[in-house]
Amino acid sequence: MNLTLKVWRQKSTSEQGKLVEYKVSEISEDMSFLEMMDVLNYKLIESGDDPVAFDHDCREGICGMCSMFINGEAHGPNRGVTTCQLHMRSFKDGDTIYIEPWRSAAFPVIKDLMVDRSAFDRVQQAGGFISVNTSGRTLDANAIPVPKEDADKSFDAATCIGCGACVATCPNGSAMLFVSAKVSQYALLPQGQVERKERVLNMVKKMDEEGFGNCSNIGACEVQCPKNISLDNIARMNREYLMASIKPEN
Amino acid sequence: MTLDAKIPSGSIDQKWTKYKNSVRLVNPANKRNIDVIVVGTGLAGASAAASLAEMGYKVKALCFQDSPRRAHSIAAQGGINAAKNYMNDGDSTYRLFYDTIKGGDYRSREANVHRLAEVSANIIDQCVAQGVPFARDYGGLLDNRSFGGTQVSRTFYAKGQTGQQLLLGAYSAMSRQVGKGNIQLLNRHEMLDLVIVDGKARGIIARNMVTGELERHSAHAVALCTGGYGNVFFLSTNAMGSNVTAGWRAHRRGALFANPCFTQIHPTCIPVSGDHQSKLTLMSESLRNDGRIWVPKFKEDAEAIRAKKLRPNDLPEERRDYYLERRYPAFGNLVPRDIASRAAKERCDEGFGVNSTGEAVYLDFSAAIVRYGKAEANVKGLHNVTDAEILKLGKKVVEAKYGNLFQMYEQIVDENPYETPMMIYPAVHYTMGGLWVDYELMTTIPGCYACGEANFSDHGANRLGASALMQGLADGYFVLPYTIGNYLADEIKTGSIPTNTPEFDEAENNVRKQLEGFFTNGGTKPVDYYHKKLGKIIWDKCGMARNEEGLKWAITEIKKIREDFYKNVRVPGSMKGMNPELEKAARVADFIELGELMCLDALNRNESCGGHFREEYQTPDGEALRDDENYMYVAAWQFTGNPSEPNLIKEDLIYENIKVSARSYK
Amino acid sequence: MASAIFKSSLTKKFWMALTGIFLISFLVVHCAINATIFFNDGGKTFNVWAHFMGTNIIIRTMEIVLFAGLLLHVIDGLILYFQNRKARPVKYAYEKSSASSTWYSRSMALLGTLILLFLILHMYHFWFKTRITHLDVTNHVMMIDGLEYENLYAQMQLVFSNLIVVIVYVLGCISLFWHLLHGFKSAFQSLGFNHLKYKNAIAFVGDAFSVIIPAIFAAMPLAFYLKFIQ
Repeated sequence: MNLTLKVWRQKSTSEQGKLVEYKVSEISEDMSFLEMMDVLNYKLIESGDDPVAFDHDCREGICGMCSMFINGEAHGPNRGVTTCQLHMRSFKDGDTIYIEPWRSAAFPVIKDLMVDRSAFDRVQQAGGFISVNTSGRTLDANAIPVPKEDADKSFDAATCIGCGACVATCPNGSAMLFVSAKVSQYALLPQGQVERKERVLNMVKKMDEEGFGNCSNIGACEVQCPKNISLDNIARMNREYLMASIKPEN
Repeated sequence: MTLDAKIPSGSIDQKWTKYKNSVRLVNPANKRNIDVIVVGTGLAGASAAASLAEMGYKVKALCFQDSPRRAHSIAAQGGINAAKNYMNDGDSTYRLFYDTIKGGDYRSREANVHRLAEVSANIIDQCVAQGVPFARDYGGLLDNRSFGGTQVSRTFYAKGQTGQQLLLGAYSAMSRQVGKGNIQLLNRHEMLDLVIVDGKARGIIARNMVTGELERHSAHAVALCTGGYGNVFFLSTNAMGSNVTAGWRAHRRGALFANPCFTQIHPTCIPVSGDHQSKLTLMSESLRNDGRIWVPKFKEDAEAIRAKKLRPNDLPEERRDYYLERRYPAFGNLVPRDIASRAAKERCDEGFGVNSTGEAVYLDFSAAIVRYGKAEANVKGLHNVTDAEILKLGKKVVEAKYGNLFQMYEQIVDENPYETPMMIYPAVHYTMGGLWVDYELMTTIPGCYACGEANFSDHGANRLGASALMQGLADGYFVLPYTIGNYLADEIKTGSIPTNTPEFDEAENNVRKQLEGFFTNGGTKPVDYYHKKLGKIIWDKCGMARNEEGLKWAITEIKKIREDFYKNVRVPGSMKGMNPELEKAARVADFIELGELMCLDALNRNESCGGHFREEYQTPDGEALRDDENYMYVAAWQFTGNPSEPNLIKEDLIYENIKVSARSYK
Repeated sequence: MASAIFKSSLTKKFWMALTGIFLISFLVVHCAINATIFFNDGGKTFNVWAHFMGTNIIIRTMEIVLFAGLLLHVIDGLILYFQNRKARPVKYAYEKSSASSTWYSRSMALLGTLILLFLILHMYHFWFKTRITHLDVTNHVMMIDGLEYENLYAQMQLVFSNLIVVIVYVLGCISLFWHLLHGFKSAFQSLGFNHLKYKNAIAFVGDAFSVIIPAIFAAMPLAFYLKFIQ
């Protein structure tokens, strides 16, 4: 198929960017979206132009590195998949496709479609962990049974890949889905109880400092999340935060 | 040069205990003055960085991705082995040790593997304490499943995302130390050279991928936790960025590279569909717990299926060939990976392949769906259930176990694997070879360590499923933190290491010269052109089956590619700023040199073992034929300045605790 | 005070939710009392209740709390709005928001502003006239059981005889409907009550509330204008 691409080009964080139009032809339906971008880049290099910079790594929907806003939606039109899992069979011959980077004050553009998501790392560093040193002398793994339902819910929250689609898609640029998934994962496990209150207070504080917007429960994040992380996690974090604010000590 | 693996004396089950009891320590006050660089933040790197920082060392952690959490360990699906014997099926440290040595076709080092089996149980304890949400059964205790090459269930898992959960666990431990200021995180940084001062590793040259600047980082020790080199094949299940550069640059500086030809071809991957493909996707080995592998028994049926005149579901049982169950009744579909891969290739080469290219076999869940459906109906006390209801119940169970894998498959192939059997074919997945390390995980360069997939040590000629996660975390959490102290105990008086020395100058200039060369050569061809060409040669001649003639041909071809590459590759842009093509060019340059070494190694090893299958050396029924008399050694290669003429140095493998015999899974 | 309220994005949401639920509870009372006009008894019941609301000391105190709550809701809402705009300084060239969210959930600030404008008009019509100045109607006193009552009912009849006013009131109620349709559920989510077990119940009650209350309110000016009640 033949396609018209309107791709955001921006040389660096400090320079102005703009949408640039490209034509690509002979795109197979079996190609992934990123393979289509590879075709574009191959062509650009051959003709002596600068290829489009975009983040990608595993190309199987788990590393969370790919990050394009495709035709007005994070990770494109399909649900429950990342950009690298999106295939060209989701498009038609002759389509025009807009490709933009994540837009958020907390995610500055590095180049073209690449953004800096290290704000997520810093939120995690503020409390997204259980303080246990490596020792090989922790409790036996089966010493504390964890109800299957809690373990499963904790797992579901933990499947977040940290891609930032929630922030990109939220009209408020809020990172609540990401942060609440981490808070929930630990809040649901017995191992996470000791630092439960401190964790949510610190992570929310950091989240605010990083310049993410405020959640107003629009729910777009849940719809666009490639891992189907539930809004229930946000409710849980609200609960956790409320309890921790009322009674910060354990 | 002779190799000393520094294996402690004593009985196999006491070596590690004895070592730990006698290893030199560094006191806390001194640790604060010692810098350690950890390159790579996958399971090995993140766990090592976290543990070393907890101990008090000043750690710098580098990753080329935008966040440590992206490292490709995240994509590991099926599980992690540990000799916990929670299932009461007779598992033990010794059995895990034995299975791993046997699975590796007797080409790994006994002492290292036993240590791995010993610490395996600690890994699970550690991860649970960190909040890794492993799968549990209804009693709230941890669940296990089986993987290939074993007859026990010792694999812990978190759906089809075990690697993700383990990596995020290690990443969280690491994040905690970054937050405390004990780790300096350098994301979007790529190591491009190792700096050696007075024979010791003293730092690295890294490129800041955002600004494009070359940076000097000094340290008292450098740990390379940079994963495997499967991307030398271009098409593999590795991430696009996975590369051998850090390890290869250390190799060029004197670290020996061991067993490069030992690569693992994973039997269950989604088949190649066309030239456009940039990577291959794994379907977890855990699927072989429940899926049955088959091809049509008769060629006419295979032809009809390829022509889409016949649907697999319509082929009656008696016209199907469950070839693994037929050939290996004791292990059935759960034979080790190298064997399953070769068996698939054998069937497809004989003309029984089932997709349009003829390179695919079926992985069929229909029997499992019915089995689970019936069990579920019993559990729920349902009687008189229809077949359709049983299927529905069964599909739910399968979805709970493998849902994300089935979804991945459907996205790529556009077919529903709950309804029609999956099509799978072997693909490059893991590399057993890597930097040679001794018992302490130190390479032949003092102060330079290699952990996880980047070293060669534990898996011999074939790795068993769910053992890579085990090894990565064992090295990072429980081995390196002990062994590094033995070296650093001598460094407490060194003080901080300056970077304005001739050695750093030389290394930086070396890197700069190479990178600048890419812009001034006037080339015309994109990096991918060379990478694809190289990958195809290695896949064809040094892939699932190798022979002398093919390898020799490949070696000459790769030499030509190397010359052509430097002359005609085109890298747009400049050194300044973000330049993904420049990154790729530097990586592919190393892959080309490594590819040649792989072929040389494969050519040298005149036997078949594990993943290394030389067509000249096979039993009458097509199994690998080892030559223990002449090849029971680790082939460690030394860089001589000319990539085509490396020195071979041998480390003999001595088996004192396991009787070496022909590997049989029949 | 301000620092505690606006400490974090989450406390801002809590106050938004708490004041929202408080305003929702006010709507229930307001709606119930005003609905007495539908007794069609010439405003007797209504005026008695209006008198009670206007003179009872607890109610009068609550009125101050209500204004404070409304003010907090408005200020908090404006802060959220401006902060959220700042969180995305560069807009998307092409954004398909409708694919993942409802327009009204994205337009709470706009709907809130419309409601606020309506409220100013509404308060000018009634609250201002009873508390500050005096009613516009000549028959501003109604005798019930020998007691004098301010005839707010007559004021309603007068105000709602103007078609334009009636239309503005109906539009105000429609804005309220959309605002509530998102706000009701949202308040419970913000307070963390949106647990799996009662999520559906909250959604159902919220949707029903958002339809019923504004519908009753909108029926009032219409009923007067169309002379369904005298």
